[in-house]
Amino acid sequence: MLRSWIALFVVFAVYTFFVYSDCDKRPLPGRAPDRHVLAGWKTWQAKNCHTCHQLYGLGGFMGPDLTNVVSDTNKNDAYLRTFIKYGTGKMPNFHLEDTEITDVIAMLKWIDKSGKSRVPKERVTWSGNYNLEK
Amino acid sequence: MQKFNRVIVFGALSLLLATLIFGVLSSWAFLYPETYNKFLPFYQLRPFHVSASLFWIVTGASASILYYKNDAFPEVAGNHLSTRLFIFTWLGTIIAIFICYGLKIFGGREYWEFPPVLCIPLLAGWLLFMASYFVPLLKTAGQKPMYVWMWTTGIFFFLVTFLEQNLWQLPWFRESYLREVTVQWKANGSMVGAWNQMIYGTSLYLMVKISGDETIARGKTAFFFYMLGLTNLMFNWGHHLYNVPAASWIRDTSYIISMTEWVFFIRMIQGFKKTLEDRRKYRHLITYRFIIAGEFWVFMNLLLTLAMSVPAVNRYTHGTHITVAHAMGATIGINSMLLLASFTYMLGIERKSELTKKAVGISYWVTQYSLGVFWLCLIVAGVIKAYGSTVRNLSSFQEIMQPVMPAITAFSVSGIFLMSGLGAIAVIYLYHTVYYKDEMK
Repeated sequence: MLRSWIALFVVFAVYTFFVYSDCDKRPLPGRAPDRHVLAGWKTWQAKNCHTCHQLYGLGGFMGPDLTNVVSDTNKNDAYLRTFIKYGTGKMPNFHLEDTEITDVIAMLKWIDKSGKSRVPKERVTWSGNYNLEK
Repeated sequence: MQKFNRVIVFGALSLLLATLIFGVLSSWAFLYPETYNKFLPFYQLRPFHVSASLFWIVTGASASILYYKNDAFPEVAGNHLSTRLFIFTWLGTIIAIFICYGLKIFGGREYWEFPPVLCIPLLAGWLLFMASYFVPLLKTAGQKPMYVWMWTTGIFFFLVTFLEQNLWQLPWFRESYLREVTVQWKANGSMVGAWNQMIYGTSLYLMVKISGDETIARGKTAFFFYMLGLTNLMFNWGHHLYNVPAASWIRDTSYIISMTEWVFFIRMIQGFKKTLEDRRKYRHLITYRFIIAGEFWVFMNLLLTLAMSVPAVNRYTHGTHITVAHAMGATIGINSMLLLASFTYMLGIERKSELTKKAVGISYWVTQYSLGVFWLCLIVAGVIKAYGSTVRNLSSFQEIMQPVMPAITAFSVSGIFLMSGLGAIAVIYLYHTVYYKDEMK
């Protein structure tokens, strides 16, 4: 029993190593977040934004998924800035400074570059799986 | 039951009550944000609800293990200093977390919405709990029954996943968003498996005690299902991340492993006749009734899980309320029912007055029916959202959500009934924890 357990745990440890090291194969230059992105991320967490918004479909359902909001042609920077600055009936005004808003938008731009949240129908294969590597 | 056991049982039941109250308030804040934003906004209520729920489950599981370990390891049974320190540290940190939420100080991560510095006392508390479990375990010789293996696995993997979900604080993990989100949901997904091991282990222990049949916790079948559960704990977390464009082998592994859950499903159907016979035999026992409710919700949630584990189906369900149905069906229907079975046994509810038993019985049925409606409303809400966002491909969030709101309203109403049923059980059990008398003496 103990031997089976240890064997499975070793497989898990190796698998975990590869998940950490290999899950994102894109080249590093241009991928690492700059200080604005990190500051925006900090604000995102401090204001608990994930409670209402999703990134890659993960988070709360009160507001929309924001993974690719910056590449939405209907919503430019000024639109996002106004939305974040004043809130709406649904979204509270968090009284963010202009620099904080700039940083949050920088974070959203960085996340937008990581991929698309919605999987197009064409990416579903015969096995019911996705092929996202094309 | 010793005093320190009663303290942690009291803490766990209080957390259950808090989960219900904050859950109902959150659902109404979701419906009427303009009103709630003025005094208790959704972004403040949801962390209260999520943390209370997470800690109810983990605290309830550890309270059960602390109580039953004295029976499992009788040679070294006793009241250890590490146990007392664990209870003090653990419950104290949870209070500190709620104070932070009250002051709107957040850490902003799913499930772990408090400032990360509070993970340090939580970790210290868990290590103390591990000490109070592993010291007697290692001093006890002989082959261990499967529930001991399950407890041990759950306790150990809670530590592993707890550490893993804190890795984001190392800059390397934040260099890539895909890595950060993958590791976060790997940890969260496996952590659910870890507390399931603790809770299913407790349920197996109770079944051994009720039936008096030790063989159900030993032998090849028990071993096979334990190993299958462990494999799923380790590798079946990817359905959270199917749409994330990380390495495809992560998705492939999860998809393949998740299909092994069909074995659990078929096993449940095969064992249906035996379950019915057992039900006739033990239905007078409240403990057993909660176990059966847990099994029923395992069956219902397995159906949902199996569907969501197919990426082609997950494309529609991901990011919709079907995910919430899956989460709430598991935490309320499975985890809470099995924990209440354990608390019924620990508090000796079967030996209380007829009035107490009748009140628990009525509350039990209010809970089951309202949970059924609650769960179905979430699925309907999810289907409507999936239709708007994936089938019709609507880009306006308002347009997607508008037809969903009637289902959310029905969900919020059923939530009040659910709170009444489950809340009444929690209050009755809290009363019997405070005024505990050991009738066995």
